[in-house]
Amino acid sequence: MDFKNSDTIPGPRTEDHLPHTAQAAVKIVIVGGFGVGKTTMVGSVSEIRPLTTEETMTQAGIGVDDNYGSESKTATTVAMDFGRISITDQLVLYLFGTPGQERFWFLWNGLFEGALGAVVLIDTRRLEVSFDVMGRLEERGVPFVVAVNSFPDAPRYPIEELRTALDLSPEIPIIECDARRRASSRDVLMTLMRFLHSLAMSGALT
Amino acid sequence: MTPPQRKRRRPRPELAPPPLPSVPPTPESGGEDGDNKNPERLYVISGADGARAELDLVTLIVARAAPPPSVTPEQAALLRLCLAPLSVAELSAYLNLPFSAMTALITELITAELVQARAPIVRQALPDRSLLEAVMHGLQKL
Repeated sequence: MDFKNSDTIPGPRTEDHLPHTAQAAVKIVIVGGFGVGKTTMVGSVSEIRPLTTEETMTQAGIGVDDNYGSESKTATTVAMDFGRISITDQLVLYLFGTPGQERFWFLWNGLFEGALGAVVLIDTRRLEVSFDVMGRLEERGVPFVVAVNSFPDAPRYPIEELRTALDLSPEIPIIECDARRRASSRDVLMTLMRFLHSLAMSGALT
Repeated sequence: MTPPQRKRRRPRPELAPPPLPSVPPTPESGGEDGDNKNPERLYVISGADGARAELDLVTLIVARAAPPPSVTPEQAALLRLCLAPLSVAELSAYLNLPFSAMTALITELITAELVQARAPIVRQALPDRSLLEAVMHGLQKL
């Protein structure tokens, strides 16, 4: 805890303060099912300990959740973990982990708006969880890459077999990773950035 | 062993991302008409140029002044937190308030000219390659 915040509210540690020159932020979203390693990935590359922001179901999401009957009767609160990487003295990157299931899509309104892109993190033991997510990202025009978090006991498929199963076009990168490792998670983010860059070069980014 | 096969859903035009509204929705009109309107969005006046700015999870908030006696304890806590720039998401985490509550709180502080909001860089139709390259360069240093 920071001594300078003598209040009851704990703030960022002094070493976690952004410089006053920080002018703007960008965001990347990591999306996947529960337990797939989103928070692990955020934590492995974040310069701050991952923080949690809670989002409450609001009117915006009722239309979505109404399809799920009883759940719509109570307010839904979902926690999103996020981390931060200082890119330059002026620019900050935020990484948000968000659940991919359709009933959490109400979170997506403010989250994907303006995001540079997304990482769909998948576990080959529960591949189906990611199907709807990818469809939704395609509909929203959010560019994404697919990262396979390699759990030791998960079935391993050749990448091209996964590409066929996921019905992904050839240009969308699919890479294996170990979300616990900083270098591996960074490589996933680099893969996304290179993909975005190639889209920018070809003028296909919309 | 073969992985399960994804079946693409039929394109559903009504699920296309809503266009950014050119006119900020008023509280009266925000909830009722039109599926494209998002009632939780708040539009605020930015101090510098009078242009309307929208608060994002990654909008950076910086205090412009020490908390005056007139502010609420929550606002005072927020002002102390953002002596150095902090994103709305971080403020939400530290104050343990949901994003929707944060936007209301911050909007009041912007109106009172007690904080400054630094808008995020959003993905655009005309992508900024130098921005992508800067991010890549920053990631390589990790």
